[in-house]
Amino acid sequence: MIAFVLQRVLQAVAVMLTVALVAFSLFRFVGDPVINMVGQDTPEEERIRIREQLALDKPVVVQYFRFVQQIVTGNFGTSLRTGIPIGQLMAERLPATLELAIAGGIFALAIGMPMGVYTGLYPRSGLSRTFLSISLIGVSLPTFLIGILLILLFSVVLGWLPSFGRGDVVHLGFWSTGLLTASGWQSIIMPAITLGMFQLALIMRLVRAEMLEVLRTDYIKFARARGLSNRAIHFGHALRNTLIPVITIVGLQLGALIAFSIITESVFQWPGMGLLFLQAVQFADIPVMAIYLVLIGFLFVLINLVVDLLYYVVDPRLRVDVSAARGG
Amino acid sequence: MATDRSNVPLLEVSNLRVEFATRRGPLVAIDDISFSIAPGEVLGVVGESGAGKSLTGTAIIGLLEPPGGITAGEIRLAGRRIDNLPHDEMRKIRGKEIGAIFQDPLTSLNPLYRVSEQLIETIRTHLPMDASQARARALTLLQEVGIPGAAERLDHYPHQFSGGMRQRVVIALALAAEPKLIVADEPTTALDVSIQAQIISLLKRLCREHGTAVMLITHDMGVIAETADRVAVMYAGRIAEIGPVQDVVKRPLHPYTTGLMGAIPAIGHDVHALTQIDGSMPRLDSIPRGCAFNPRCTKVFDRCRVERPDPIPQGRTAVACWLYDGAGR
Ligand SMILES: Nc1ncnc2c1ncn2[C@@H]1O[C@H](COP(=O)(O)OP(=O)(O)OP(=O)(O)O)[C@@H](O)[C@H]1O
Ligand code: SF4
Ligand SMILES: [Mg+2]
Repeated sequence: MIAFVLQRVLQAVAVMLTVALVAFSLFRFVGDPVINMVGQDTPEEERIRIREQLALDKPVVVQYFRFVQQIVTGNFGTSLRTGIPIGQLMAERLPATLELAIAGGIFALAIGMPMGVYTGLYPRSGLSRTFLSISLIGVSLPTFLIGILLILLFSVVLGWLPSFGRGDVVHLGFWSTGLLTASGWQSIIMPAITLGMFQLALIMRLVRAEMLEVLRTDYIKFARARGLSNRAIHFGHALRNTLIPVITIVGLQLGALIAFSIITESVFQWPGMGLLFLQAVQFADIPVMAIYLVLIGFLFVLINLVVDLLYYVVDPRLRVDVSAARGG
Repeated sequence: MATDRSNVPLLEVSNLRVEFATRRGPLVAIDDISFSIAPGEVLGVVGESGAGKSLTGTAIIGLLEPPGGITAGEIRLAGRRIDNLPHDEMRKIRGKEIGAIFQDPLTSLNPLYRVSEQLIETIRTHLPMDASQARARALTLLQEVGIPGAAERLDHYPHQFSGGMRQRVVIALALAAEPKLIVADEPTTALDVSIQAQIISLLKRLCREHGTAVMLITHDMGVIAETADRVAVMYAGRIAEIGPVQDVVKRPLHPYTTGLMGAIPAIGHDVHALTQIDGSMPRLDSIPRGCAFNPRCTKVFDRCRVERPDPIPQGRTAVACWLYDGAGR
């Protein structure tokens, strides 16, 4: 167990270093960062001073490690556009994105799982076919289109839900939440559905496929032969065995939800990190873009790590138990 | 409904027919077979791969799955017809009155549940016991099937047991509610040769002690010779010959059985290796007219190619072969 965790953590560190390298190379691609910072007209001596101050005259490797070191110590630099420390910017935006991603994930899971189980248990029923067709739409419709259609229907035509923003937020220490106000709840519904739609279809199809697969196994046949009730077989034996791959995908998809919330955030003007990133791209605000990349990478890696550890909870075969040597 | 007549066989299969619906019409996999099993009796079922042995067992426990299904005949358990029961009624019979053991113990147990959980849920599904009574029974069962250190191993997961031990757990599960009949479909084929004999003798001993009848499906004539009271030889979805094991083994009547019995292998040997019959069993969609065995039979004559032979009684044996029509008796 300890060896396993250690190995995973080392892998995670390696991945993060790679992500940091990509983020770091952003700075190189976009011309002279000093000119970007201070503009063309600054005198040469001034530029050299800044260059030395930022260690830009040192070898690339040294610069890279300085970059990593800064990030690790929480010094994320400042935004070129606004001059605000990036750490502060991200801290403001992170709760919005995470709340949106989690709401989208819960929406996808809460609807997708039961639909998947149902279509797996009754593959021939008419309702199952309907679900499958709907899921095909969910997979193939582009996110922004779903968002725009929702806005059109619920904001423009019906006027039930706000078309943009996050509603009123409540600050709880460093965390700002929209989930404690009515307008916050109203605001998150459509973005969460938009963001979760693809994942919903994905989870449904995955659960269905796994369910069909598991129902064909010998242990399900044996469970039937033992006379267990359908409920025990379907929701105990079968569902539990489908959970392993589902956890993997859902976990990975949570990362994807965070990363791909960019589109949803821009459609709904959701004040999250994705929107921040888009603004940063428009202004070539490299430090913000770089830190965004690193942060997203970090969330991905963190989620993967948690998923791996969750396996242990679900699958006893992975819990290596020294005391239980195999009998003859 | 008649139940307690002492001469009623425990299991009575009559004129059973199992078909698969296919796009090109029904495919007959079990064609009009009849046999019975007395209380406490061990009926061996042998035959080449694809003869319909598993399908017969599956039909009895009511687990045929579409497109397969029973299209004719009936199955009676202690006089009560069970082939047309509603799903939930049949569920109550499975495990309670008919237990089942399948080929592969490695995959018969749910990997995510402790052995104790699987035993207890089975016990409590069928017997009116509370959790602690069921647990006590689970422990007794594990001890009965000879799992060393049963008390400690009760809460282990299946992957913590070896193949042989897992099959013992499977046997414990099949016996959990004291069924009157166990359908054992090649219970040792997937096991190490060295363990096969142990498992068979365990099964035999337990069933004798509990008075449980067994339908023992196997490829292994050696197992049949040592374990079964009677044996049914299946060929292409029909019963070629059925009778007391000594008779069938020592004096096989059907030309197919004669071929099979060319030599009785020691336990653990596969009958295939010793089969000296030329050719192979026909596929379901190309079973010849008349006797299904006629293309391979050394004694074939004209009638065999036209008329299908039904089982003809020969002493305690019944044999589906025209050679015995009018003969004997
Ligand atoms: N789902 C199915 N669809 C069509 N045919 C099937 C299906 N399942 C089984 N069969 C056919 O039914 C016949 C009998 O199969 P069965 O599994 O009972 O054979 P068996 O005697 O148990 O063979 P083995 O010794 O290999 O286990 C075979 O010819 C098989 O091809
Ligand atoms: S009926 Fe004819 S073909 Fe069939 S086994 Fe007997 S002799 Fe052979
Ligand atoms: Mg079989």
